[in-house]
Amino acid sequence: MIPDIFYVKRRTEEYPGTFTLHIKKKDDQPQTSFQPGQFNMLYAFGAGEVPISMSGAPHSTSVYIHTIRTVGLTTQALERLREGDQLGVRGPFGRGWPVEKTTGKTIVIIAGGLGLAPLRPLIYHLLSKNRDATDIHIFYGAKSQPEMLYSDELKNWAQQLTLQTSVDMATPGWQGNVGAVTSLLTTAKIDPENTIAFICGPEVMMRFAIQELIKKNLPRTSIYLSMERNMKCATGHCGHCQWGPTFICKDGPVFCYEEIHDWFHRTEV
Amino acid sequence: MKTIAALLHEHPFFAGMKDEYIQLIAGCAVNHIFNQGEYIAKESDAADYFYLIRNGRVSIETSQPNYGAVILQTLQDGDICGWSWLFPPHCWTFDAKAQTKVHTIKLDGRCLRGKCADDTQLGFDLMQRFARIMTERLQATRLQLLNIYGRPENNKDQEI
Repeated sequence: MIPDIFYVKRRTEEYPGTFTLHIKKKDDQPQTSFQPGQFNMLYAFGAGEVPISMSGAPHSTSVYIHTIRTVGLTTQALERLREGDQLGVRGPFGRGWPVEKTTGKTIVIIAGGLGLAPLRPLIYHLLSKNRDATDIHIFYGAKSQPEMLYSDELKNWAQQLTLQTSVDMATPGWQGNVGAVTSLLTTAKIDPENTIAFICGPEVMMRFAIQELIKKNLPRTSIYLSMERNMKCATGHCGHCQWGPTFICKDGPVFCYEEIHDWFHRTEV
Repeated sequence: MKTIAALLHEHPFFAGMKDEYIQLIAGCAVNHIFNQGEYIAKESDAADYFYLIRNGRVSIETSQPNYGAVILQTLQDGDICGWSWLFPPHCWTFDAKAQTKVHTIKLDGRCLRGKCADDTQLGFDLMQRFARIMTERLQATRLQLLNIYGRPENNKDQEI
């Protein structure tokens, strides 16, 4: 439960208000590897601790990469960190994406906004397996083109797998899709027997994405999503992130839709 | 080469439609290709046709003074473009432009309106299909309006 001391090795601005930190353990000690979909608790000294998903390559023991949006006081303090500055880190925590279930399956990845960050380690994992490009379909939606994460990588991924992007608002010069990311799914061809879907983004987007997948007869057991709630201890003790009978920090943040569909659509839970 | 009826059968919009209706509709349809940058429809023009997109991308646009064209939505393979032909005054509400080379099946709205008036079962079937598309577009528009990717308003740190 005691944070390790890390320092900022590199900092990049994704777009105003959203940035990526590459952090390394003090004295350059090797770090624990992680499963795609897990998260760390990042501690900005004097401000507080926040759960942030891993967004770098899994099994990398050199740096952890976290993409963060400034929302409250702690993320604002993290935003002020510059190269060489220190922060506390606990983790990795939680249950990640079930990578072992992707073998032999067509993979559908649906990401909205910042939801691409927790999915990026999964994409790295899949790319490392030299899968056929037609077996991996990524649907990525963002508010507008300037607010798309990892724009250089998106260009590379478009060569290596099947990538469709969409924005809610077209900015001048945008020549891609315009509309909710779920609109891309309505005409997508999905083989329900041999497909597994991974979703991360705003909850309302995930609900509509699931509706589209269910319409295409994809079983609930083949749909996985990453949830977000106020996680505090990250070990299932404080109860802040209790969601139905589960604790998101310990039993999630990745859940199979089959396990949670009873309370996923209940707003009071 | 596939017949128009076979192409209509394959398109998601006509999935499950009775063969006799497909044959009737095929009588009002032709293949049509739009080159990149070509306008499929212009706002306020007569909406005598609608299009099934076989492949390619179409942008639905409107123009704003001092800004140019604003893309409201894009349509792609398997989508349908245009329902203004169904309702008076039968005029296009927005511009539709081919963003890429677009292969379509062009359907004559006047011809279809006549066939629907003669066979109300066909009209009902077609109207149900358009109602579903309109509902989907309305839902998608509501999602766009929600600004779901924006910052949470409660100003509290949560996991991303």
